[in-house]
Amino acid sequence: MAFYVVQFLTGLASAASLFLVASGLSIIFGVTRIVNFAHGAFYMIGAYIAFTLTERLSGAFGFWGAIVAAAFAVALIGIIVEMVLLRRIYHAPELFQLLATFGLTLMVEDLVVLIWGPDDLVGRRAPGFRGAIDFFGQNIPSYDLFLIVLGPVVLGILWLLFQRTRWGVLVRAATQDRDMVAALGVNQKWLFTSVFAVGVFLAALGGALQIPRDAVHHAMDLRIIVEVFVVVVIGGLGSIIGAFVAAVLVSELNAFGILIFPKISIILVFLVMAAVLIVRPWGLFGRPEAPARKTPGLTVNPWRPLTSNERLAALAALVVAATLPLFAGNYALTVGSEIAISVIFAVSLHFLMSVGGLASFGHAAYFGLGAYGVAFLAKMAGLPMIGCLLLGPLLGCMGAAVFGFFAVQLSGVYFAMLTLAFAQIVWSIAFQWVSVTGGDNGILSIWPEKWAASPSHFYWLALGVSALVTIALRAMVFSPFGYALRATRDSLLRSEAVGINAKRIQWTAFVIAGTTAGIGGALFAYLKGSVFPDNLGISLSVDALVMVLLGGVETVSGAVIGAIVYKALNIWLVSQTDLSKLVLGGFIVLIVVVFPKGIVGMLEMLAQRRRKTSPPGSPLLAKPIESAE
Amino acid sequence: MKLTVQDLNSHYGPAHILFDIGFEVGEGEVVALLGRNGAGKSTTFRSIVGLVAQRSGRIMFEGNDVSARPTHEIVRDGLGYVPEERRIFTDLTVEENLEVGRQPKRPNAPHWTREKLFALFPNLGEMKNRPGGRMSGGEQQMLTIARTLMGNPSLVLLDEPSEGLSPKIVEQMVEAILTMKKEGVSIVVSEQNLHFARLISDRAYIIERGRICFGGTMAELDARPDIRDAHLSL
Repeated sequence: MAFYVVQFLTGLASAASLFLVASGLSIIFGVTRIVNFAHGAFYMIGAYIAFTLTERLSGAFGFWGAIVAAAFAVALIGIIVEMVLLRRIYHAPELFQLLATFGLTLMVEDLVVLIWGPDDLVGRRAPGFRGAIDFFGQNIPSYDLFLIVLGPVVLGILWLLFQRTRWGVLVRAATQDRDMVAALGVNQKWLFTSVFAVGVFLAALGGALQIPRDAVHHAMDLRIIVEVFVVVVIGGLGSIIGAFVAAVLVSELNAFGILIFPKISIILVFLVMAAVLIVRPWGLFGRPEAPARKTPGLTVNPWRPLTSNERLAALAALVVAATLPLFAGNYALTVGSEIAISVIFAVSLHFLMSVGGLASFGHAAYFGLGAYGVAFLAKMAGLPMIGCLLLGPLLGCMGAAVFGFFAVQLSGVYFAMLTLAFAQIVWSIAFQWVSVTGGDNGILSIWPEKWAASPSHFYWLALGVSALVTIALRAMVFSPFGYALRATRDSLLRSEAVGINAKRIQWTAFVIAGTTAGIGGALFAYLKGSVFPDNLGISLSVDALVMVLLGGVETVSGAVIGAIVYKALNIWLVSQTDLSKLVLGGFIVLIVVVFPKGIVGMLEMLAQRRRKTSPPGSPLLAKPIESAE
Repeated sequence: MKLTVQDLNSHYGPAHILFDIGFEVGEGEVVALLGRNGAGKSTTFRSIVGLVAQRSGRIMFEGNDVSARPTHEIVRDGLGYVPEERRIFTDLTVEENLEVGRQPKRPNAPHWTREKLFALFPNLGEMKNRPGGRMSGGEQQMLTIARTLMGNPSLVLLDEPSEGLSPKIVEQMVEAILTMKKEGVSIVVSEQNLHFARLISDRAYIIERGRICFGGTMAELDARPDIRDAHLSL
């Protein structure tokens, strides 16, 4: 019995930091509508700075002063980030904001290693809370008891701040209707900056308070952000009470999950999250949001199928690509195969994101599942390569069917957070379930059979499959299913009003995209000859997002161009620098801020400008002006 | 002149909504902006306070051109705005809603306090701690006006204050607007309801399809039944 009580108290103690970070994320989202992916990075910087300061300053006052000073220092960094970066993208689509803050996270990960080194740092114990308390023969660290008390205290302070101060009233008002607050004479810029600073302060404080419990390391940002996303999805984004309850719930599930499923404890959290989402898709304490109404007249570039000339050009490009083995060496062909596989991966996400309007932040899960599918079939069942290639992607299909069912219940940032959490869960399973997946060591020696073994043959195989997949998905965009999917993207309510079963259509799109990604993953397993948990990791998911974004989210063919340019650039970059995350992160932020329409979007805009000057205005553009009144 | 609007043009995306809107409001005057649904009344108000991003033209408020300034600065200069859809903060209590609107005292405008507003709208005084979401439509309408008055404006844009209200509440609304006028607040009120407008206004403009097509005193408007029938169809 005593053991369970201690386990329960450990869970409560873990909940404190989780609550601090999650409440900060919630407050920022409530007012600015930005899901701050960099929140985990601020948490991590808080821990690192607190580590340095506690080493320098001595005594009890020094320690606690250092913790608070670290949080203030990081809040200052947050203010700079808000003023320099976020102010430019408040009106951008939410996907761009998630990506920009993710780019920031990547940069921070490299910067932290540059400044503090790659090793784990073990911080000082908290003065006055060094010992442990005996509880019927079980030890409870006294610092844990401090954290257990701290959580509700912070909750109380936040409650007072929001209920009893003018600032709090303004923040609550802005959470509901920002424009109205401005129309009453409140300077939004100042309000947003202060809210961001408070949110970042909470995250950094959460990180700083962790140093007596855990080692500080450069991957703690992603670990916490995934847990925080799970917390806010369960508790309801924007609710502080929700963040508190869900943080306790998730921490307790983690604490007891280890007892029930020692290898894959995260499954318990997943089950609870799924249950909450079915009953209350907007979280326990959140409230349903009205579907966003789009400003009419924003999509001025209607999609159309390729003209016959463009088709010939695409075919010519494919033929040119097919001649690569005639003059290129083996390394170039391997790179070529990898690029072809990236195209498959990118067009599959494009289908979900641009055509379906569902921006997945965990698309690598289905890519990786396809790869693991091949590995299982080849190593355990001993199937021939063709059989593996045909059946392996079905694992991606199954994963997409299960997760997609839950994910399409949500939309927008909730959808993005949930897909990310799902992907991270799949990653954890692959990482922790060593007896089946080999864990970190992966599954090795999955080599293609003789007919596809030479680099040129494999390149042709990858190129052929990627061309087929691209054509098939494109045909689907202009099929009745594609029209229905685009209708749900442009207006969920109107599409349902004309009899489209929106959820079913979106779920189908999710499964199609997941299966297609699985096909890419299956080829990838044979290209590399092995599968690792990284094949379903977050960085791969973000690669796909950047490829689509770079090509142009609002275009039909952007994904193909984006994949080719990005992958080539990426492979070259990794060979050139050790700080690839820093460069890549900076690159992402740069695209979002100065280049939001992507390569193909820019080309289309230029082409249209040229067209506009010659004939007197296209009829498609002139009409809505007349009729909109 | 308190407020002068000249050549105001507004767009939503590619759609052109307002065409060369122009009108004037004198010190202490109540001016009605009449027009049917979708004529452009709300867009005119939203453009004046800077809530429509794509706009051009001159908006002179107390002698200064405010057309290039952000919303909150225009409002802080004493140009209050009461939106059509009420847009009260449903999670906030009556007192908290008023707090959001509070701005410092202004030398050239009447000073409103909570007590004074509760005297003007007695219903609100009886439900100080009720959340805005649990109030009737009429009470919400009063709260939006009271909230804007907390900013001590010298001019108020009132967007369709009588819309969807019962006759009894409309009577109270007329009383309140006349009190505001007596205190010295200039008012522009947009309306579809000519009878309501006649009770409170000195002059009227008619807007149709984004253009001003009549301007004059209420007596001049009454002398032109053709215009009234063509543009207001009451």
